[in-house]
Amino acid sequence: MSRELKCHKGIGGLVEGEALVADDNFSARYDLDRIEGVFSRKAHKLYGQSYKDKILVLNTAKGGVASAWMLHEMKSRDVCPKAILFNTANTILAQGAALADLPMCDRFEDGDVTTLIKTGDHLIVEPQAGVVTIK
Amino acid sequence: MLAGEQGEARRWATDHQIKVGEMFDAVDLVPVSQAHMMIDPESVGDPGVSFLENLADNGAQVSIPMITDPRGVDLNYYQPLGQTEEMADIDRRTIAACTRMGILMTNTCVNYQTVMPPILGDHVAYGDTGVVIYSNSACGARSNFEGGPSALAAGLTGRTPRYGLHLDENRQATRRFRVTEQPRELTDWGVLGAVSGTKAGSYWEVPVIEGLQVVPTSDEMKHLGAAMASYGSTPLFHLAGITPEAQSLADVGGHDLPVEEITAADLDAFRSSFGGKGDKVDVVVFAAPQLSIVEMQAVAGMCDGNIFATAVIVCTSPQVYADAMRMGFVETIEGAGAKVLEGTCFYNQYAREIGEANGWTRLLSNSAKIVNILGGYGYEPALASMEECVAAAISGEIQ
Repeated sequence: MSRELKCHKGIGGLVEGEALVADDNFSARYDLDRIEGVFSRKAHKLYGQSYKDKILVLNTAKGGVASAWMLHEMKSRDVCPKAILFNTANTILAQGAALADLPMCDRFEDGDVTTLIKTGDHLIVEPQAGVVTIK
Repeated sequence: MLAGEQGEARRWATDHQIKVGEMFDAVDLVPVSQAHMMIDPESVGDPGVSFLENLADNGAQVSIPMITDPRGVDLNYYQPLGQTEEMADIDRRTIAACTRMGILMTNTCVNYQTVMPPILGDHVAYGDTGVVIYSNSACGARSNFEGGPSALAAGLTGRTPRYGLHLDENRQATRRFRVTEQPRELTDWGVLGAVSGTKAGSYWEVPVIEGLQVVPTSDEMKHLGAAMASYGSTPLFHLAGITPEAQSLADVGGHDLPVEEITAADLDAFRSSFGGKGDKVDVVVFAAPQLSIVEMQAVAGMCDGNIFATAVIVCTSPQVYADAMRMGFVETIEGAGAKVLEGTCFYNQYAREIGEANGWTRLLSNSAKIVNILGGYGYEPALASMEECVAAAISGEIQ
């Protein structure tokens, strides 16, 4: 049984992968060890977990502007999430996704995306259509 | 521009702005008077520099005044910090590429104090959350958080997508905080910013704060805003009766919102989450935001005649540095054993690597912003006032 979730039009192209979900927020600078590809901030709910090639599902973006460059830098080293889904993105993460060509969506019609999707779910993300499918 | 008849750089910039604008339902682009780009080498990396060099090779030229945020390397002092030649090279290449594009290398996050403050209603494209929140809130200018790529796109086209804080409706208050304890010094303002930012918790929330009986100085406003943006990703706040768009609560719709008190207990709970008396200190940092000439004078006054037991790093802008040199503050501060860095800010200068190279774990600062950021960089950060920080630097532990 697959389920289709509608969201606002996002950035980037179609991507498929495994979800890594937390009811927590996101900053590439504050939360990540970008060399190892893991969450390195102890207070983060995904502390110690690898985000490489995962579809991150988080509440919102926080912190500074650095993430706008960092997503591009992470993507070019191929130690990067496949996509990021938020309840609400902020401008920086959207700008970073545009530069990095990293798929990103937010504003889901059915409510809190961090409860709609579970870690390990297999997802198809279609930002241009504003659709995420849980397979 | 999108068809590329004005060159590859403007084609990229326009394409980038359309992608971002569509995500935020912008209907058009708004002309901006200035752009300010965050472009530290740690964030940009080799791929980012190559991207900039490619734009410059294609003849990119900014079309409006464009300035830069702090660098990641003080090219006059990086080896002693444990920064590598590779890090310095990324910085050198960045400076060269930006200079070719006509960007002014101001290297500052306090441009609203030192370069050219925006004015009420001025649409700008600023990077650095501290710069944006100060400019929106204290000056009444209009900017979203523009990350490096978007600030650059705005510099190239002279416009930015009209969404978020460029629109009147998004500048109205959404949360109403009432303060019951008055901030007394810089760190108190930072703590108030951190607590209200944490409560607001989103880019799309606009706090209005009432109950303040003092008008903050520019430095106090700077710490309030930098902390609020850091903890909440919040780009705008109003202070009722103080900031230009909120001469009254009603001006920003605050009178209709439920009151949420920020109590002394809220502020104390925040403070107690960062270190305590007797904790050993490895490094004391004054930065985030860069120090004004007034803060430089204050630090120098506290350093005079003392000898520090710990490392002490002070970060200021190139504009303030020149004044502080001329006025003897740099000599006084460094005479106590500290180091004043020019045009950098501690957290964006490879903080993890310089911490490891110098054995710095326990870090003390008067900046609520920096203690937030550095928790993710392998530090155990603690927060104290400027005076307490200097006392700890002398004794080697928090007093």
